[in-house]
Order: sequence, then structure tokens, then C-alpha cells
Amino acid sequence: MFYRESGDFKKTYQKDSQTFPIKFDRWRYYFVMLVAFIVIPMFLTDYSANAVMIPFLVWAIAALGLNILVGYCGQLSLGTGGFMAVGAYSTYKLMTSFPGMDMISVILLSGLVTAVVGALFGLPSLRIKGFYLAVATLAAQFFLVWLLNKVPWFYNYSASGQISAPQRELFGVIITGPHATPVSAYLFCLIFAVGLAWIARNLTRGRMGRSWMAIRDMDIAAEIIGVNPLMAKLSAFAVSSFFIGVSGALLFSVYLGAAEVTEAFSINVSFAVLFMVIIGGLGSIFGSFVGAAFMVLMPVLLKNILVGGLGWPTDVAAHFEFIIVGGLILIFLIVEPHGLAKMARVLKEKLRLWPFPH
Amino acid sequence: MSADFLYTIEVILNGLMAGVMYSLVALGFVLIFKASGIFNYAQGVMALFAALTLVGIQTGQIPFAHLINAIFGTNVHHFGWQVPTVLAIALTVGVMVVFAIIVERYILHHLVNQEPIILFMATIGLAYFMEGFGEIMWGSDIKTLDVGLPSGGSLWLEEYTLGWAAEGERYYGMYLDKLDMVASLVAIVLVVSLTIFSQYTTTGRALRAVADDHQAALSVGISLRTIWVIVWSIAGFVALVAGIMWGAKSGVQFSLSLIALKALPVLMLGGFTSIPGAIIGGLIIGVGEKLFEYAIGPLIGGATENWFAYMLALMFLVFRPQGLFGEKIIERV
Repeated sequence: MFYRESGDFKKTYQKDSQTFPIKFDRWRYYFVMLVAFIVIPMFLTDYSANAVMIPFLVWAIAALGLNILVGYCGQLSLGTGGFMAVGAYSTYKLMTSFPGMDMISVILLSGLVTAVVGALFGLPSLRIKGFYLAVATLAAQFFLVWLLNKVPWFYNYSASGQISAPQRELFGVIITGPHATPVSAYLFCLIFAVGLAWIARNLTRGRMGRSWMAIRDMDIAAEIIGVNPLMAKLSAFAVSSFFIGVSGALLFSVYLGAAEVTEAFSINVSFAVLFMVIIGGLGSIFGSFVGAAFMVLMPVLLKNILVGGLGWPTDVAAHFEFIIVGGLILIFLIVEPHGLAKMARVLKEKLRLWPFPH
Repeated sequence: MSADFLYTIEVILNGLMAGVMYSLVALGFVLIFKASGIFNYAQGVMALFAALTLVGIQTGQIPFAHLINAIFGTNVHHFGWQVPTVLAIALTVGVMVVFAIIVERYILHHLVNQEPIILFMATIGLAYFMEGFGEIMWGSDIKTLDVGLPSGGSLWLEEYTLGWAAEGERYYGMYLDKLDMVASLVAIVLVVSLTIFSQYTTTGRALRAVADDHQAALSVGISLRTIWVIVWSIAGFVALVAGIMWGAKSGVQFSLSLIALKALPVLMLGGFTSIPGAIIGGLIIGVGEKLFEYAIGPLIGGATENWFAYMLALMFLVFRPQGLFGEKIIERV
């Protein structure tokens, strides 16, 4: 009924290899873009931007990055928080050292810095595999946070050890700092999220993505058929860290405005992003967005219901939040270990045959 | 002997004892990983939960008091009785066994044959759940755990070693925590009894069979589900011991669950599948991080204990990817 493949005849290779081969999918994608770029900014309030939309976009970028590493290349990483901190601190250093630089270059450069750091910490992955690697990436998490906390140069010798984003403009519109409007901050994040998702989608279906997936499925076999494990693993670490670095940069400069490394980029951040990836679906771009939406929306909803609706004290509500988050993760894993993206795929299959499933 | 030399010895001894404390947590990890291939991140939270339950039972707290107060507007907190320590410990062990059964029946049973990363995520979910559950059940304030363990430094040792330093040097004797010594003893007893249990009892033999090969164990009539309940119960018991030791040292509070993060490098170093590895890995990490903090820490700003263990383990791992005592990883296409 909805998914009509009949009538979608491809006559050129270019059409055959497009990202959304089915017309319905393509139109839905254009529709989502339209809503995201035009409709949402019209209704954006301070609260909905700062509590929902901006964190959603920022975390979605981080989830995308981690998904490339864990979902596509099969290298389990728990160092996300540390890499986000690198992105945030490089943004801070770039913003304060070169006040004239425009924000897009600042954020892309921070991503590049993080990519270099990430590739460096990815080196052990050539020898260490599986859970040993996961624990080894914790070394990155703790070491980077410690380093950024202990060397005063990184936070410009400020007494509190905090970094705070100065005001910056892009094309005359204020983007960072306390005077930025929610709409401009949202659109700035949205441009990055859409651009990076586009890059991720095309990387993962190209040569590089295929070599990652070969490594994920079985690294020795991949090596035998000619995939260079050094290049594949390091490129996965670098690309993934680039995404995560950009997300850390946006988190600090656009969303938080000020950050302290031990609080904003702790180990819990690493776990939260991993949750997004798992709940959304390993190896799925769409899944990264859904997972991020889920993990951002759920605490907001719970808080509104428990504290706002039932009037419970905040500490009891906070504990309940832990229980519900943990419980939901367990339920999700039991019901659908391949995440929300798999559920969407199943739904799509069903819709394709509806209303005559047999 | 010069005072510097004596200080170094003191640092090493303290490191060894700290290492034993790490090993206590790492032991629980190894037990579960061996028997079910699950990397149980919740081990640290299990220690917290066990310690909270022990304190709660001992001091006669009403479970879920905060929740009841929040819903019904009452103000209840204690039953008003004290439970003797031994009975309280026995009851806590019972709670941990029930916990093991629940975990097996409602979580693991549904996740058989899933990929290791899914199981790992499930234990992180479990850790979140238990953290919230434990604190809602017993309250989140810092509690003191008193089961009659000695505390403070050993005066006898301090006086005994006072005369060791060379003439004219300022030296006040060695400082060793009594609690740490007790913990070391307990750890030794625990490891020996676990070894005896797994070598000389039928259940222990079944445990080793499951650790070796799930399918072969199933085919000779060992029930995997029973074994998993047993293993999680033992891990719960080990968590209780670790919880008592750490709780007596630094109070029962949320940060207790973070000791899991201290145990991870120990595991990496010793290998995920080796009980002796957990002990020796713990000792190496304990001594290594204390010596590093003592010798190099002041030069680079201190607080190196957070990451040094991980870096050390990482270095080791680059040369031996399966840890010191882990089973050799054989890969086939």
C-alpha cells in the first residue's frame, strides 16, 4: 500500500545507487528535512530548544560517531566522554586564541584534533580485541579527563578550572554565548547533524564502510581477502572521533556554554552514548538518531511526570529515573536486541505487504 | 636503613593491601565471566547493594521508607530494632541468592545466545536498575558499616619499626591500616575456599565443566540454569565481602559502585578467566599505582591513581593481548 516498488524503475546506475531508492522513502526524507529546517524553528521556545532539540542533535552526532566505531567496525569503545572533552577543549582554545575565526572552521578543526587523538588511542586495537579493548579505551577516558583537568593551559589558567564559551557570530547571527537565540543555536546544530549524517551514510556504504564491516564480521578473514586492518581500524577510530569531537564541541559551545571536564565528560557520558547506540540499533544511521531522541526525551518526560505530575521529592524521582532507565534498557535488549532501527525495518516490511500479508 | 627506603617499603606494602581490595571486586567478575561469558559490569553495584542491604537489615531500616513517605505522606524510617551482625550477614546472603535467581530467570534466560556486547549492555542496564533500586529501598545518605572489624593504623607495627631508621632521621614508624590487613586475610581465605570448592565438590566440578564448554556440559546433563544461579549467588557473596570491606573503609555510599572501575584494569592485566590472575593483577596494580603516585605523581600534578592502572594494563596488553594468565586466544577463519 505505502511502499510501492512497482513503478520505480531505474534506468541509470546513478538512480540505482541512490540512498533512498523507493519514492515514498525519498519524499518522507524531504518532508522530515522540511519540518526540521522550517517548521520546528517556527515553534521553538527557549525550553523546547534547550531541554529537547539541541541536546538531541548534539547527542545524535555523538551516537553517530560511536555507531561508526561499534556498529560498523565492531570495536567496542568506552572512551566517548574523553573524546568529547577533547573536542570541547580544542573549541575553547581555538575560540579564545583566534577570536576572528568563524565558528564552522573552529568546530571542524576541533573535530580534526579529536580525530588525531582518537586514532592514537585506536592504535592498541590492532593487538587488543573484544572486551579487553573496551576496558583499554577506558584508559583514554580517564587519562584525557585527568590531563584536561590538571594542565592549566587547557582552561587558560582560570581559577575555577571551568571553560566558558565567549560570544561568537556566524553571518551576523549570534550563535554562542548567553545572547544566542534558541533558533540560531538549533539551526547551527542542525546543519552539522544533517551534514555529518550525510557523510556517515555515504562513508558507510562506500569502500571504507565495507572494509569496516568486513573487519567487524571477522577481522582475520577480512585481512585474508585484502582489507588492511591497520587502515580500516584506524580510519574507523579517526572518523568516529571526528564525529564525537564535533559533538563535544557543540555540546560545550552551543548547548552548555560552560563546562567542567570531570562533570560534563565523565564516564557516565560514555555509557549514555553507548546506550543510545544500542537502543537505536547497531550499524544504523537512523538508529543513532532514534536512540539519541529516546535517551534525551525519556528523562525529560520522567521528570515532568514524577516531579511535576505526582509531586515527588526530586531525590526519589532521580532514583526512580535510574530504575526506569535501567529497566527499559533491559526490556529493550530482551525484546529487540537489535534496537529500534530493527523495529522500524520490521514495520517497513509489514507496511510493504499491507493489507495483504500473505 | 634510611627513612626513604623505609617509606618506599611502606608504600609497597600499602599498595599490596590496596591491590587485595581491588582483587576482591575483580574475583566476582572472573567467576561470572568464566561460567557464562558475561562481562558483568554490575559487580560494583552488587557490592553497593549488598552493603546497603546489610546496613539496612542490621540497623532495622524500613525498606522503601522514602517511597512510602512520598506516596502516603507518612514519616517512617526505622523498625526500631537491631539485628545481630551474623544474622544480618546471613540474611543479606539470602537476599543476594534471591537476586541471583531473579537475574537468571528474568534476564539471562531471555538473552541466551545473544552477542557478548548485548549481554554486557544488559549488565550495565542491570547496574543502573540496581543502583536506583538499592537507593530507593534503603535511602541514599552515607551510612557507616559496623560489623566489628578493627579500624585505624596498627600501633604495634608503628612502634616496632620506629627504631629501624638510621640515627638522626625523622621517622615515625610504618603506618598500615588494620582493616587492610584483615581484608588481605579474608581475601586469602576466600580464594582458598573458592579453589577448594571448585576442585573438590561436585558442584564445583560442574562449574568448571560449564566454564570449559557450555554445550559439552549440557550434553552430560549439567543444568546451565542451575549453574548460572549458583555462580551469580557466589558472585553476590563475593560482592558482599567486597562491600563489607570497602564499606567499612569508606562508608556505604553511592561511590562504592565505582570500585568496579578500579577492578577493570586488574581484570585486563590478570586475564578475564583466571582467579589467580585477578589476585596477582590486583597486587601489581596496587603496588604500581601507589609507587607511581609516590615517586612521579607530585611531579605531574598528582591524582594519577585514576588512570595509571589503565595505562599500565594497556601497556601489558599490547604485549600479551589475553592478559597475564588468560587463556590463549585462538582465532580461526
